[in-house]
Amino acid sequence: MGEKVLITGNEAIGEAAIRAGCRFFFGYPITPQNKIPEYLSYRLPQVGGCFVQAESEIAAIYMVFGAAGAGARVLTSSSGPGISLKQEGISYISAAELPCVIVNVMRGGPGLGGILPSQSDYFQATKGGGHGDYHLLVLAPSTVQETVNLVMDAFDLADKYCNPVMVLADGYIGQMMEPVEFKEKPPKELPTKDWAVTGAKNRPRNLIKSLYLDPEELEQHNLKLHRKYLEMAKNDVRVETYLTDDAEIIIAAYGTVARIAKTAIKILREKGIKVGMVRPITVFPFPYETFAKISEKVDNILVVEMSLGQMIEDVKLGVCGRAKVHFYGRVGGMVPTYDEIVREIEKIKRGQV
Amino acid sequence: MVGKIVIDKELCKGCALCVSACPQKLIVVAEEINSKGYHPAEFVDSKGVCTGCTLCALTCPEVAIEVFREEKT
Amino acid sequence: MMKVVFERPKSMFPVPTHYCPGCGHGIVHRLLAEVIDEFGIRERVIGVAPVGCAVLIYNYINCDMYEAAHGRAPAIATGCKRVHPDLILFTYQGDGDLASIGTAEIIHAANRGENITVLFLNNAIYGMTGGQMAPTTILGQRTTTCPLGRSPKRDGYPIRIAEMLATLEGATYIARVAVHNPRAIIAAKKALKKAFEFQINGLGFSLVEFLSPCPTGWGMPPAEATKWVEENMIPTFPLGEFKVPKSEKG
Repeated sequence: MGEKVLITGNEAIGEAAIRAGCRFFFGYPITPQNKIPEYLSYRLPQVGGCFVQAESEIAAIYMVFGAAGAGARVLTSSSGPGISLKQEGISYISAAELPCVIVNVMRGGPGLGGILPSQSDYFQATKGGGHGDYHLLVLAPSTVQETVNLVMDAFDLADKYCNPVMVLADGYIGQMMEPVEFKEKPPKELPTKDWAVTGAKNRPRNLIKSLYLDPEELEQHNLKLHRKYLEMAKNDVRVETYLTDDAEIIIAAYGTVARIAKTAIKILREKGIKVGMVRPITVFPFPYETFAKISEKVDNILVVEMSLGQMIEDVKLGVCGRAKVHFYGRVGGMVPTYDEIVREIEKIKRGQV
Repeated sequence: MVGKIVIDKELCKGCALCVSACPQKLIVVAEEINSKGYHPAEFVDSKGVCTGCTLCALTCPEVAIEVFREEKT
Repeated sequence: MMKVVFERPKSMFPVPTHYCPGCGHGIVHRLLAEVIDEFGIRERVIGVAPVGCAVLIYNYINCDMYEAAHGRAPAIATGCKRVHPDLILFTYQGDGDLASIGTAEIIHAANRGENITVLFLNNAIYGMTGGQMAPTTILGQRTTTCPLGRSPKRDGYPIRIAEMLATLEGATYIARVAVHNPRAIIAAKKALKKAFEFQINGLGFSLVEFLSPCPTGWGMPPAEATKWVEENMIPTFPLGEFKVPKSEKG
């Protein structure tokens, strides 16, 4: 039986991690996610867990490496500039095949940027960010409730694939308060962590490493990682299709923008324009097939992002020229309003773009 | 003799730190080379004066030296 | 009847190493393995390997180990020790790893009093990458990135890590030793054994800095390199115990 509470997204992320059995958090303050370390700094000791405010985001991601390698469920969180600092560590964690959850509460960039929300870290999250051929499984929630659900799923997915999982939120989700239910999750059957370093008692010693000096060995290792990503694409794509059955124009959006788009769709339908939405929930693996199928039925897709066009490239890959892909975006912490989205769709409808 | 050492010729890299360490100068660098191309150290104790002090083994970076000493009765 | 009085420690794999002839790493690895054997903790030890010549230390020491990113071993050790406070953690780091890119991580692990043991190998140079200047390169010393010799104006002064960390209240045991002759090696082992004993007893953060020859990097034969430690490194990096637990003080 779950209980409903009014809670900020950041705190909900912390609580969701604890409900998922996470007992270790390593992080560093950065706006707009400071409530995550603050909440966990008093909540983790309550459940016998451990909180460390690291000296930097770099140190934090390597503490995550250490705890994950030791077999624990572990969380870190940050925002754009801090996630940039973590990239080497994320590459190492992926290469060493360690499970962990990384939350990015996106803010305006690039550089020091701003502290208001954005979606400008999509490329960083889905196309690498760090060096080498690796991928994160990336979940993009749209509401605080969904954030809770996805954070809890993230720990299971990380353990399932022995891979880091990123939860890609934005400053709105982090800071807004919404009613949330923390449902009990039935425990999942997950592989045991017999690779973890726990002291080499009654077994050969374990090594958590990513160095393969022999090129044939390194190629095999890369292929092994690659097979994981193919499995993810086969089994764990998540996408929401909203009023797409009779739609003549489709909006593609994720996260907070998708919520705003739903209001725009309501207004447009009242005006007689049948608009639907495809909302990727996993942005890696991306729902290419959904876009492939939908672009056979419609001529126009409008991608709306709080960036200058990052997810649009994946949309275009899925659409593959079958429909026209338009873009509308706001950056720097500015948010597309439902009015602006309505206007863009009307422009498309009138054939002006 | 009180002591003796055994040098693993294949582990030895001919650094000769043991040669300097031996207080009785019982170790020399051999003429032969091992499979890696190094001139390994060689224990030469014709008079049987080695005391098994272990100074050579202490300084050997390759753990190539084993030291034996007579048990005191 | 002859008995063995010196042999390879059990915690060391019986394999040849990739280190250069006369390199100090081999000696320090052996001391580490001897201490692990003597405390009987091989099954409770987790090591964190650096980036540097000793990146392959896990091929030589038989215990659970992580391979760290450059400089980050103390952070990884922190993460592991927080999960397994009952296990014995060590990091093994060179002067690039610890004193250059990893200065934040070592200071803060010491400052938090993480109950780990750090082996810091100081050979005043970057060995693995071909002999560049390290933060511990001494004044006047020539390296590939200070070919005319380290000058204070261009390159700053060598950093004394042991003295610096000893100023932190969170640090429990900080010592500097050398491995350039048998007498120094015996003292070095004593310090390392103390450091591990303090960790086993839960007393907090310990670091032993080992002054070590790098014949290849310094461009001299091993015997000359050991003299160079004595004549050039020790005056800049004095040996001694810079911090001891309160219980040790007289």
